Amino acid sequence: MAVVIKSEACKGCKLCISACPFEAIEMQGKVAVITEKCTACNQCIDACPFHAISREAANLKEADLDAYKDIWVFAEQRDGRLMNVSKELLGEGRRLAESMGSDTKVYAVLMGDAVENLVQTCAAYGADGVYLAEEMHLSHYTTDGYTKVLTEMIECYKPEIVLYGATHIGRDLAPRVAARLNTGLTADCTRLDVSVAAYKAYAEKYTTLDTSTLDAASQDRTLLQTRPAFGGNLMATIVCPKTRPQMATVRPGVMQQCEKDMTRKASVIRIQPALCETDIRTEVIEVVKQAKAMVSLSDAEIIVSGGRGLGTEEGFKLMETFAAKVGGTVGASRAAVDAGWIDHIHQVGQTGTTVKPKVYFACGISGAIQHLAGMQDSDLVIAINRDPEAPIFEVADFSIVGDLYKIIPQLIESWDDIMYTA
Amino acid sequence: MAFKIVVCVKQVPDTNEIKIDPIKKTLIREGVPSILNPDDANALEAALQIKDELPETEVTVISMGPPQAKAMLTECMAMGADRAVLLSDRALGGSDTWATSNALAAGIQKLGGCDLIFAGQQAIDGDTAQVGPQIAEKLALPQVTYVSKIETVGSLSDASHTMTVVRTLEDGYERIKVQIPCLITAIKTLNEPRYMSVRGIFDALQKEVTVWQAADLGVDATEVGLDASPTNVYRSFTPAVKGRGQQITGDTDRELAVNLLQALKSKQIV
Ligand SMILES: Cc1cc2nc3c(=O)[nH]c(=O)nc-3n(C[C@H](O)[C@H](O)[C@H](O)COP(=O)(O)OP(=O)(O)OC[C@H]3O[C@@H](n4cnc5c(N)ncnc54)[C@H](O)[C@@H]3O)c2cc1C
Ligand SMILES: Cc1cc2nc3c(=O)[nH]c(=O)nc-3n(C[C@H](O)[C@H](O)[C@H](O)COP(=O)(O)OP(=O)(O)OC[C@H]3O[C@@H](n4cnc5c(N)ncnc54)[C@H](O)[C@@H]3O)c2cc1C
Ligand code: SF4
Ligand code: SF4
Repeated sequence: MAVVIKSEACKGCKLCISACPFEAIEMQGKVAVITEKCTACNQCIDACPFHAISREAANLKEADLDAYKDIWVFAEQRDGRLMNVSKELLGEGRRLAESMGSDTKVYAVLMGDAVENLVQTCAAYGADGVYLAEEMHLSHYTTDGYTKVLTEMIECYKPEIVLYGATHIGRDLAPRVAARLNTGLTADCTRLDVSVAAYKAYAEKYTTLDTSTLDAASQDRTLLQTRPAFGGNLMATIVCPKTRPQMATVRPGVMQQCEKDMTRKASVIRIQPALCETDIRTEVIEVVKQAKAMVSLSDAEIIVSGGRGLGTEEGFKLMETFAAKVGGTVGASRAAVDAGWIDHIHQVGQTGTTVKPKVYFACGISGAIQHLAGMQDSDLVIAINRDPEAPIFEVADFSIVGDLYKIIPQLIESWDDIMYTA
Repeated sequence: MAFKIVVCVKQVPDTNEIKIDPIKKTLIREGVPSILNPDDANALEAALQIKDELPETEVTVISMGPPQAKAMLTECMAMGADRAVLLSDRALGGSDTWATSNALAAGIQKLGGCDLIFAGQQAIDGDTAQVGPQIAEKLALPQVTYVSKIETVGSLSDASHTMTVVRTLEDGYERIKVQIPCLITAIKTLNEPRYMSVRGIFDALQKEVTVWQAADLGVDATEVGLDASPTNVYRSFTPAVKGRGQQITGDTDRELAVNLLQALKSKQIV
């Protein structure tokens, strides 16, 4: 599919040029033309008041798409513990399966050595079945070992959708598998839909997208994979129309887990992986868990985050006292992390953790788009900033314009009195 | 025998400088500079550090992009790369990561292969982090991603032909020994990229950037470009902003704090 400008319809108004995020449109004489920089992002189509721009469908030879069914979730385990993102994906898989029809099942793909005990965990979080591949060489993640076993399983059982957590392991494995299978992969998704109606409802409520061309009655159940790009400045919904499986990595902390139910049962399909030493061209010499405790930002109900506005490393002492008082976890902006005041593990945002707490306090944080990308889905955002123009106020439910060093001690002092009295 | 290293570099808009037009809800690209993708500067630096140790090493930078990317490639040569190749053709436009990696893998093969490939972990515009691993797959090479340290590089005379690197994880790191040839993707903490030197700039300006088209690479429309790409952009939009909530008022800091807590309490969230 290519985006083209019909030169006879173009009036030369240049509106499309400023709409294009990729500088892909130029004037040639009196008409606009699209150059090779075009990424087919569609931004210009609606920008043309004369309907001169459209998408041209290429003649595709469709693969046998119907041969593929069910949803697979790569059940990522480290040291015998299932990653939270995998639980979230099982929950999301259930929701997708429901709108795809009762014949669609959700499978967990569990790889490792002696990990059978996790089968029940996968079931409890929503798996109908578990593909279990146990082998000595799979005990620790390696690109070569996991790619080989997983691709062979996909070729054999033909899932329609495969989801991976966008972790350092998922983002190492998934592109490799996609390349070997010659199928598409969408990176770091924050929303998935299989129903045009649901996508349209979402787009109308939360986005600036012109939804007039979306047909809510469509029976098409293509996976619509929505993700941030351009440092969070642009959202794109990606489809994979001609090849299967449809694959996506999904950002941790975004999807909802199902209620854990240990009475749920899953069928087990055992896979005998054919792996030998020479298949794996890397050797893991050692795995080091950083001594510092994992800061569980993605599970926190209350987060108190500090930014460059704290001014010094000492500022995080105040944040810790505040967090202890409200029963929260300390977060930070990248500027605070880059200044060396706090470890990266606390960073919220596009290159840190995505969080969705009940309450998010942003203290001395300006509200850069990359920071917002990681916290704007919080139920309630409270911003404290000296600058009344700070962009963080645009997403805050409650704003205080003031000096955090004066406000926060007052909050700490009054918290118990107000919160714990009738 | 000299080491041959290829570094994959991409020209990107500085997404930090991009703003959204609040009325038209479109990205404002005007005046936004194009830069060398930040992770790719770390990738290039890693290659140049090997060249510092083993001066025989030949470092080639390769990029796929429009003709304007030549300027960035010249900058890479001014930093110390020996030569630069640009894959540029209308037929390559609109490639997704699968198609991009086909083109780059074909370019690297046309160069006669190499001992080591460095790429950035992630480009700041497409943001997928998929191109590095997909090039490795297409060239059937082992890969190590999220590399924050290179400990040893076995010389080619050394029978072991391996290198040892540190790969970061969310909760720590792993030390990995990988067979050479291989592909490594660099993250920001790998090193501090050097600046161009005056001498380097002078030398780079004497050199040509080699430009190859799709036909030179021997790839066709089933492998590269928009139509070959398995993924397509279905819709795109700028993220909505939630809108301002309530500003807490009060004459003193204490009043502000008390009023906020009262408002919070009335929401019955905490
Ligand atoms: C590719 C990329 C990825 C990025 N990823 C992330 C990410 O994941 N997370 C992230 O946070 N950033 C990220 N950034 C950086 C981001 O663009 C901003 O630079 C960063 O978020 C700014 O941090 P800040 O708000 O703490 O600092 P600043 O922007 O400097 O803001 C400080 C604020 O504190 C206020 N202030 C100062 N003193 C006081 C006081 N005494 N009381 C109250 N308020 C005060 C000021 O008014 C100001 O608004 C990324 C950038 C890039 C390019
Ligand atoms: C809004 C939007 C969303 C998109 N989403 C997807 C998606 O989900 N899946 C998908 O397959 N494609 C997607 N694409 C297409 C994708 O951006 C392009 O294929 C792009 O050429 C490469 O992807 P990247 O920028 O994410 O690179 P990354 O994979 O993040 O880049 C990693 C490294 O690979 C090397 N590299 C990447 N591109 C080049 C190049 N052109 N020349 C030299 N070296 C390079 C660099 O070393 C770079 O640091 C999207 C495009 C847009 C506009
Ligand atoms: S489709 Fe996107 S990249 Fe292509 S010309 Fe239109 S706005 Fe520019
Ligand atoms: S917006 Fe439409 S009419 Fe105006 S220059 Fe672009 S294509 Fe032509």
